[in-house]
Amino acid sequence: MPKLLQAIARLFWRDLTVAMRRSTDILTPLVFFVIVVSLFPLGLGPEPAVLRVIAPGVIWVAALLATMLSLNRLFANDHADGTLEQMALAPYPLALLALTKITAHWTLTGLPLVLISPLLAVQMHLPESAIGTLALSLLLGTPILSLLGAVGAALTLGLRGGGVLVSLLVLPLYTPILIFGAGSVAGVIAGIDTEAHFSLLGAFLALALTFAPWAAAAALRVSLD
Amino acid sequence: MLEAVDLECVRGDRPLFSHLSFSLKPGELLHVTGVNGSGKTTLLRTLCGLTRAHAGEIRWHGNTIRRLGDDYHAQLAYIGHANGIQGDLTPLENLSVASGLSGDTDKSRIRTALERLGLAAYHHFPSKILSQGQKRRLALARLVVEHKPLWILDEPLSGLDVDSVSLMTTILMEHLAQGGLIVITSHQEVDVKTKTVLQIQFNQRA
Repeated sequence: MPKLLQAIARLFWRDLTVAMRRSTDILTPLVFFVIVVSLFPLGLGPEPAVLRVIAPGVIWVAALLATMLSLNRLFANDHADGTLEQMALAPYPLALLALTKITAHWTLTGLPLVLISPLLAVQMHLPESAIGTLALSLLLGTPILSLLGAVGAALTLGLRGGGVLVSLLVLPLYTPILIFGAGSVAGVIAGIDTEAHFSLLGAFLALALTFAPWAAAAALRVSLD
Repeated sequence: MLEAVDLECVRGDRPLFSHLSFSLKPGELLHVTGVNGSGKTTLLRTLCGLTRAHAGEIRWHGNTIRRLGDDYHAQLAYIGHANGIQGDLTPLENLSVASGLSGDTDKSRIRTALERLGLAAYHHFPSKILSQGQKRRLALARLVVEHKPLWILDEPLSGLDVDSVSLMTTILMEHLAQGGLIVITSHQEVDVKTKTVLQIQFNQRA
């Protein structure tokens, strides 16, 4: 189905181009992520032993909040300017178009977090062996954050105070990912086998990838009604 | 052929209209008029499938649009109140994305459409610098690019100058002459010079 692929490619290209032209959109979550993580050594003192213990949790919580911060722009602009109506009327499954937008969202927010995480790991005195685990856990985890967040963003579309509502809706769903993501890094530091953590993160990702786009599409249709 | 059978629409808990039936054949234009808030936009969105009808059904060539789903969307071009234009993209890019989304792969028509609607000079500026009327013309350019048989247009002429209105009327007439169908709301007279104009008038303010 080359036409479907073309529609997906153009939509993906569009989201990336628009974000590049509004670079603050990309930089805000990233800068937020770096600043929040950097505040902890300042607040707790630069004791490596302390930082090492809290690092996995701190970095993961900061990643969660940074993703949260960017969720409202996932569909809100398109809703306001009418593009979302056109997407809903396109002769292609809305779930696939939503998945395209989610992928673009992850490329613009999740991926930069993954890429900068080794730097923050060094700052937090994580042992070398844990740096790779942290990046890998974020690589598996941040797409789940974007996928689940998209459902929340779609549900609260056009509501007043949608930003706060999205947090209340989505943060509880994020807890398992936080537990297993941060747990895998802490496990490596403690010398425990972390295969189970990664298997579970992978399972969550597969599950979210299967259901979240459809849930988001259904929520978008309700919001447009 | 587009048919509405016993259509009833409700917004919140206020009934807007009920027992609305019509059928629109190729080459015909349906002009929906009425006071503000009488349900014109709701009717159009229902005809697109964006809003669910409270009762009744809409058929396209005999099949209900709910069953046709994406096959119906492939036949339909809708221009709503919002123009569907991303301000950070150029008019060319906006049309390219829109035509990609609507399943159109022919890029040469985009330039033709921009020229026809007098936007060729702006094709590499960000769309946000366009005036309100120019943005409307850019939205309408999609119709020329996409070549869909059924056009559903919500106040397409709002904000257009006299020349643009007459250009748009010409485009509408051409579409009808090619066997297209048009459903339109407009407070202005739509002078398409054909006899096949249906009128629905909503009078009561819901």
